[in-house]
Amino acid sequence: MQRIGVFVCWCGSNIAGPVDVERVAEAMKSVPGVVHSTTYQYMCSEVGQSRIMEAIKEHQLTGVVVCSCSPRMHENTFRKTAQRAGLNPYMVEIANIREQCSWIHKDKEVGTQKAIVLAKAAVAKVMLNTPLQAGTSPVIKRALVIGGGIAGIQTALDIADAGYEVDIVEKSPTIGGRMAQLDKTFPTLDCSACILTPKMVDAAQNEKIDIISYAQVEKVSGFVGNFTVTIRKKARFVDELKCTGCGACMEKCPSKKGKNEFNMGLNNRTAIYIPFAQAIPNVAVIDPEQCLKLKTGKCGLCERVCSAGAINYKQEDEVFERQYGAIVAATGFKPIDLDAFDEYGYSQSKDVVTSLEFERIMNAAGPTGGQLVRPSDGKHPHEIVFIQCVGSRDTSGCGKPYCSKICCMYTAKHAMLVRDKYPDVNVHVFYIDVRTPGKNFDEFYRRAVEQYGVDYIKGMVGKVFPEGDKLIVQGSDLINGKQLALQADMVVLAAAIEPDPSARKLATMLTASMDTNDFFTEAHPKLRPVESPTAGVFLSGVCQGPKDIPETVAQAGAAASKVIGLLAKDHLVTNPCVAQSNELLCNGCSQCERVCPYGAISYVEKEIRGPGVREVRRVAQVNPAVCQGCGACTVTCPSGAMDLQGFSNLQIMAEVDAICK
Amino acid sequence: MQVRQDWKPKIVAFCCNWCSYAGADLAGSSRRSYPADVKIIRVPCSCRVNPLFILRAFQRGADGVIICGCHPGDCHYTSGNYYARRRMTLLFKMLEYLGIEKGRTRVEWVSAAEGAKFSSVMNDFVQTVTALGENVKLEDLRCKEPLN
Repeated sequence: MQRIGVFVCWCGSNIAGPVDVERVAEAMKSVPGVVHSTTYQYMCSEVGQSRIMEAIKEHQLTGVVVCSCSPRMHENTFRKTAQRAGLNPYMVEIANIREQCSWIHKDKEVGTQKAIVLAKAAVAKVMLNTPLQAGTSPVIKRALVIGGGIAGIQTALDIADAGYEVDIVEKSPTIGGRMAQLDKTFPTLDCSACILTPKMVDAAQNEKIDIISYAQVEKVSGFVGNFTVTIRKKARFVDELKCTGCGACMEKCPSKKGKNEFNMGLNNRTAIYIPFAQAIPNVAVIDPEQCLKLKTGKCGLCERVCSAGAINYKQEDEVFERQYGAIVAATGFKPIDLDAFDEYGYSQSKDVVTSLEFERIMNAAGPTGGQLVRPSDGKHPHEIVFIQCVGSRDTSGCGKPYCSKICCMYTAKHAMLVRDKYPDVNVHVFYIDVRTPGKNFDEFYRRAVEQYGVDYIKGMVGKVFPEGDKLIVQGSDLINGKQLALQADMVVLAAAIEPDPSARKLATMLTASMDTNDFFTEAHPKLRPVESPTAGVFLSGVCQGPKDIPETVAQAGAAASKVIGLLAKDHLVTNPCVAQSNELLCNGCSQCERVCPYGAISYVEKEIRGPGVREVRRVAQVNPAVCQGCGACTVTCPSGAMDLQGFSNLQIMAEVDAICK
Repeated sequence: MQVRQDWKPKIVAFCCNWCSYAGADLAGSSRRSYPADVKIIRVPCSCRVNPLFILRAFQRGADGVIICGCHPGDCHYTSGNYYARRRMTLLFKMLEYLGIEKGRTRVEWVSAAEGAKFSSVMNDFVQTVTALGENVKLEDLRCKEPLN
């Protein structure tokens, strides 16, 4: 007979406010099997835990129910408590009477009644718990970082620093990401390339880091400590080992009409190209959509001029598998498409640009050589209007409901840089709010206003349209209560940022969850901000939420330290809540094998002995190291032979019964 | 038949550990209320929900049963929610044939980030079930508490 102890937590006033905890504890005393029931202010505290331990010993408890917060919070805490008192850790069940009860029900009677039902359901379940033993699985001491922007680079560098091997898979031909496109960085105005490229070189030269550029992840299988990843390295049509990056091919290439992605399409590039001067690897790549030789078979100029003999038109995609212990998502962001915001005239005038395009215009290595000129006619502008929150904080459904976080600061930076370099240019900024929380951020913004005389106008812009060679910006000035119609030579839109589109597909492969905006969800919003709820998957940079460079670098380091913590272990403790087949009932029908997503089920010919049975037959066997405990097989099994430990049929039905009583 | 004046529906919600249970936690921590009639049972995945559990719930006097899992494509176990979707489609059809109204059974996808959705789904489900009234089909009267 089980001897159950019930421990009702007050959680200060979190539970004890809306739920009469004493009544809950009292009600549990009359439940069959319960031999001890008590309350305490904070069960998770050292004192609370030692009370549980004492009770386990004193009342010879065989099972424990803690009525407290979500098991996602403290299930492990209380399992360890039980273990310390000599009880099997899996003889603990949690009744979630905080998130599911006290925090959502204001009426004390209603809350108390529900808490009693939840506690009874937990008791009903724990009565059927069986002691489980956790197994172990080995850890492959190599990490994969997906994305080669500043987030991915920093994560890889930190992991490599600790002595572990790490691969960076980058989808474009070079690492560097968005940061490589930036001109200056706030709030210090350092040159972005000057601080990024040394890190890129460090990554390339680090013998622990393998950069797999122009590649993508195609398939992920396995689990924490033991992932198998299929990587497709796209054909560059250039031999990476032979190419010296001299650029002779780019000079001779006759196909010059390719959109230059690095310059946000503001100018063109050749079909064979190196994305930018400091690209890593500094190796040319041929755009197969544009290359005359690959499309028509006629040309081959680059092959003739390449003194290294690196051009290979017959190169094919390379697909290979690698094993990793941990995976870091660092897939970054892109500015949103502005199709839904045509009131700002982005499609109507070349002189309406996004901030990232403006960044390229201001960059000395950009399409204009760093000269501030209008994209339409190359003339020097005199009036520039910046519009903030284009698609950010937009609940209309066209844009994004969140704040993109970086726009206030980069707009202040752009405004300041323009005024610094061209004091003759007037700069106006339309804003809803200026948000500058961050070290030296508000000081930076105030400098833009006070020292550089940038005209900040609180209000939204209704319409931008071309008139002659000017742009008319119609907006409101909320502080002065006026409608404005400004004549501008250029308009710069602070477009919202969104997760890179590749992130969605990756999340599905990793079985990592995402929020409604396609940002990766963290395991806990405050306490586990760089881990995905999927064990072994970590998050770095904007793929988790909008952030600036310092925050990205900090998070990248945090993700790396979590990866290092994982890789430092030789073995991981595995979840013992796995499927188990009752060989007496199993008839070897193979249904379970077909639904198992992990291939954890195999069949053996075995002598089955039981009451009235003695025969050799085919029965299912679960490999507990591979089974992840989803339970798909348990429902499929027509003979009820397959059951899930820790969530058995009887346990769940006991909960159902207790709730429906 | 005697109808209780203060009748409240009994609703069993099966929530997968990775998405919907976390969504319910978020609903709780962001204080998004839903009726106390909903009682949650945690399962590792929506595919762990055996149709038997649902039959059992109705037999024991549940008035509605809802299964919540990760959004299609987001299942922690890759494909569990697809299994759940197929199984429940069939089961609900059969239940309807047996006289259990469509509104008493539901499958919903709630992610870990959708606390607000969890609460609105539960509010809506309780409202639907309340409008349908007490479930009498399939109920095993021997399991029922005697009326006072």
